[in-house]
Amino acid sequence: MSEIEAARTLKINILRFDPNDPNDFPHMQTFEIEESAGMTLYIVLNEIREHHDNALMFDFVCRAGICGSCSMLINGRPGLACRTLTSKMDTNITLAPLPLFELIKDLSIHTGNWMRGLNERLETWIHDKEHELNVDKLEEPMEPALADEIYELDRCIECGCCVAGCGTIQMRPDFVGAVGLNKIARYHLDPRDKRSDEEYYELIGDENGVFGCMTLLGCEDVCPKDLPLQSKIAYLRRMMLKVAL
Amino acid sequence: MGIKKIDKTPARLDFLQSFTGLVLAIFIMGHILFEASILISNEMMYRVTIMFEGYYFFGETYPGIISFLASAIFIIFILHAGLALRKFPASYKQYKTIKEHTKRMKHEDSSLWMIQVITGFIMFFIGSVHLYIMIAQPSNIGPFASSSRVVDELMGPLYFLLLLSVISHAFIGLYRLALKWGFMEGENTEISRKRFKALMKLMIAAYIIIGLASLAKYTYIGLTHDFSDGVKYKSETINVGEDK
Repeated sequence: MSEIEAARTLKINILRFDPNDPNDFPHMQTFEIEESAGMTLYIVLNEIREHHDNALMFDFVCRAGICGSCSMLINGRPGLACRTLTSKMDTNITLAPLPLFELIKDLSIHTGNWMRGLNERLETWIHDKEHELNVDKLEEPMEPALADEIYELDRCIECGCCVAGCGTIQMRPDFVGAVGLNKIARYHLDPRDKRSDEEYYELIGDENGVFGCMTLLGCEDVCPKDLPLQSKIAYLRRMMLKVAL
Repeated sequence: MGIKKIDKTPARLDFLQSFTGLVLAIFIMGHILFEASILISNEMMYRVTIMFEGYYFFGETYPGIISFLASAIFIIFILHAGLALRKFPASYKQYKTIKEHTKRMKHEDSSLWMIQVITGFIMFFIGSVHLYIMIAQPSNIGPFASSSRVVDELMGPLYFLLLLSVISHAFIGLYRLALKWGFMEGENTEISRKRFKALMKLMIAAYIIIGLASLAKYTYIGLTHDFSDGVKYKSETINVGEDK
């Protein structure tokens, strides 16, 4: 075998902790894994669980960057394990759970209840008082360009990377974060949602909302779905200012 | 069903912070260039000075105009500082959180914000000193008077620190403003952001070089000029003041 083809040995350092075990404390554990072709961190974690430590906990469902479960801090930056190729990284890799979310164990976190709280707070569903109960009525047709624009923002998988990548929300946990602002931008675009600009202002027109954003742009730069978060937040900021002028 | 009255203050505060920042940044861009007139000649710097003192409008110099302008800038400066204070870490815990976050992320824009906080904090103090002196001694501006202030009154080190702080703060601030409000946002925001950032770095470098060169010239004049007959500059062509 030539030198170029020789497999690298990856050193995977994982922050481990079980908050439900009173005798446990947060500590780093290192595993050595032989790299294989096309390997992602998701495959690495499976290897570790199969051959080294079957107690290691991490979340996964789809393996394809669609479910948003395997988000974690990869060398300090939020990202999806299943979308991260080891071939593009140094052999020394450090993994930790995303901050801010409730820790279940090791790399497994409860993004679900956090996101549910956010969705309830921002009421991220279509508001239409007049047609609330009429499920038989045909929907109004929509321009394909607008439908595409809404769909673009609907691609959010609630992985929590933008939350973990945001310095503002780390300092001030009541801040709504890019995931919430993106949802508001999405419903504001949607002609089926009849909420007025004033009603949107009620939701995000304060320092826990769009005016709390300090434009650190961590969200924009770590979003695994490449959502246009910076420009949507700017759009909401302009719109909310217009309401207040 | 009537809609509850919304509180418009958060939006206005956010806008005002951006707006005062924009005014101050534009002011600084002019300030550093006007002050760099010393690099052309003493006479040029003198003419710029008396222009701001109203000579070309009234045929007479009124240093009070400088006091007035400096006071206006001071008020905007205080307003901007007060508004920006809302964004500062408010406790040791918050400070530690953002510091560790920035260190962990190795993310340029997050780190740039830390520079904004640090330079902003520095300028609360040294910016105020500079502005107060300009309000209190408006007539002591000129190729010799300013040089004497830099050297004999030991303002050099303060100006050096102020220059580095204000230039980085102003241009990082302008870059952030553009992204915050979506100013001149192209179809591809990634490209427009990259261009803004490159422009920001270029402007910081250019203004720091110009500023340092002017400061060096004032220091040189301060060290070599004979101040035995005062700090007033005597122009060869323009005759202002008592002996007219």
